[in-house]
Amino acid sequence: MATELLLAASFQGLIQQIAFGLATGGLFASLALALVLIYRAMETINFAQGEMATFTTFIAFTLFTSLKLPYWLVFPITIALAMVLGVLVERVVIRPVERAPVLTLVLVTIGLFSIFNGVTGLIWGYVVRPFPSPLPTSPILLGGVGISYQDLGLIGVSTIVLVLVWLFFTRTQLGLMMRSAALYPEMSRLLGVRVGWMLALGWGLAAGVGAVSGMLVAPITVLDPNMMGAILLYSFTAAVLGGLDSPVGAVVGGLVVGVLLALVGTYIPHAEDLRVAFGFLVIILVLVFKPGGLFGQAQVERV
Amino acid sequence: MPLLELENVTASYGAVQALHGISLSVDEGSVVAMLGANGAGKTTTLRAISGLVKVTGSIRFGGKPIAGLAPEEVARQRIAHVPEGRGILAQLTVLENLQMGSCLRRDRSGVKRDLDRVFGLFPWMGGRTGTTAALLSGGEQQMLALGRALMMSPRLLLLDEPSLGLAPTIVRSIFETVAGINREEGVTILLVEQNAKLALRAAGRAYVLEVGEIAVSGPGQELARNESVRRSYLGY
Repeated sequence: MATELLLAASFQGLIQQIAFGLATGGLFASLALALVLIYRAMETINFAQGEMATFTTFIAFTLFTSLKLPYWLVFPITIALAMVLGVLVERVVIRPVERAPVLTLVLVTIGLFSIFNGVTGLIWGYVVRPFPSPLPTSPILLGGVGISYQDLGLIGVSTIVLVLVWLFFTRTQLGLMMRSAALYPEMSRLLGVRVGWMLALGWGLAAGVGAVSGMLVAPITVLDPNMMGAILLYSFTAAVLGGLDSPVGAVVGGLVVGVLLALVGTYIPHAEDLRVAFGFLVIILVLVFKPGGLFGQAQVERV
Repeated sequence: MPLLELENVTASYGAVQALHGISLSVDEGSVVAMLGANGAGKTTTLRAISGLVKVTGSIRFGGKPIAGLAPEEVARQRIAHVPEGRGILAQLTVLENLQMGSCLRRDRSGVKRDLDRVFGLFPWMGGRTGTTAALLSGGEQQMLALGRALMMSPRLLLLDEPSLGLAPTIVRSIFETVAGINREEGVTILLVEQNAKLALRAAGRAYVLEVGEIAVSGPGQELARNESVRRSYLGY
C-alpha cells in the first residue's frame, strides 16, 4: 500500500515536472520561432533576436508606466512597433551586407546584440523592474497536476503565434512571395518580386514574434537588459533540435527543451548548475546525429 | 513597330566579355528565334534583357528604355522570362508556382480567367495542383514554367531552351503550345533554342549568334535554306 502511494506520488511528480517544463518551453518556443524565420530567409542565425526582444519589452514597459495604457493595448502596439524596428534594422544594417558570406552576417548580428543590449541599458538603466502579466500566477488543478494560469497562457500564446505564422505563410499571397523569395531569389525577381523588401518583412515578422516572447519572459524573470541571455541559448537549442528551417520544429523543440531541462533539474543531482552545458550538449548531439533536426525538411530535388 | 529593340548591347562576366554589341529587334506579335553554339551569348542576351546582367548600349521595350532596370522592375513591364533549366520553384506546389506568376496582379477576375486557360492548355495540372513541383517530370516542369509565365499576362515571353533534356514527342507538343500562345494570345516571343530545325520552323525571324555577335539574321525560312546555317546548325 505504502509503495503504491509512493509510486503514485512520484508519477504525479513526474507529470508535474513535465507540466512545468512545457510552460518554460513555451518561453523558448516563440523566440526559437523568430530565429527560424530569419534562418529561412537568409540561412543565418540572428544572435541579436533576444536583445531586440528585450528592447521592445522595455518599450512595452514604458507604454505601461508612462502612458498608463492597458495590457490589451500595449501587447499589439508593442508587436507593431517591433515589426517596424525589424524592418528598419534590415534596411539599415543588414541590407549593405545582404550578399556577404554567412560569417560576416553572423558577426553583424553579434554586433547588433551588443548595440541593442547597450542601448537598452543606456535608456532604461540596469535596475530590475517588475513586468505585469495578464494572467494570475495562481495554480489550477488539472487531473491532480498543479499548473498556473500564467503557465497555461505561455503554452497557449506560443501555439497561437505558431498557427498565425503558419497561416500567414501558407494562406496569403504575401506569405507565398516571402517563401519564394527566400528559396529562389533570382527566379522570384524574374516574376517581379522585390526580394530585398521580402527579406525586410521577414525581419519585421521575426521581430514581432520576438516581441511576444519578450513580453512572455519578462513577468517571469523580471525585466532587465540581460533577461534574454539564457533564453536565447535555450531557444537556439530548441531551433536546432526542431530543425532550423522548420517553424513547427521550433515550437516542438522549445517545448521538448523545456521539459528536458525540468527533468534534468529534478532527477539529476546538482544538475541545476549544468543546465547551460546541457543546452550545448543537446546542440552538439543533434548536429552530430541528425543535422537537419527533428522536423528539418529533407530537400526534395529531382534532377 | 518593334516591341523590343536591342542596339549595340554589350555585357561581361567579370573580365570575360560575353556580348560584343548585339543589335536585334522583335516585332509585336512575332516569334523570333536566336540560334548559335554553346557560349555564343544566347542566354546572356536574354539575361541582359531581364536585367540579370549589367549591360551597355540600349534596350527598348515598347519604346521605353529598360537597360539598367532591376530584374523585378523589368518583370513588372510584363516581360516573362522562362530561364534555362526552367526556373521551377521546386519546393512549392504546382498551384503555388502558378500563383507566383500572378503574384503582382490586382485584377482578380483576369487572374482567374488565366488560371482556367492554363488548366485548359495543360489539363493534367488541374488534378495535381497540390503536387510539389520537384516531383514533376521534366516535360511537366517545362509546361508549368510556361503556365506560370502565362499567369503574368505577358506582352513578351523570353524562352530559354524549352526543349532541353526532353523527349522528342514532348518537345513537339511544347512547341505547338508555344506557337498557340503566340497565335491565340498574341504574346510576342523571343526564343533561344539549340534545336535549330524546330526553332526555324516556329520563328518568323531568326538571328544566329557567334561568339557574342550577330552573324546572320533573316526570316526563319530563308535561314533554313542558307548554306552555312544549314551546315553549322541543321547538320545537312
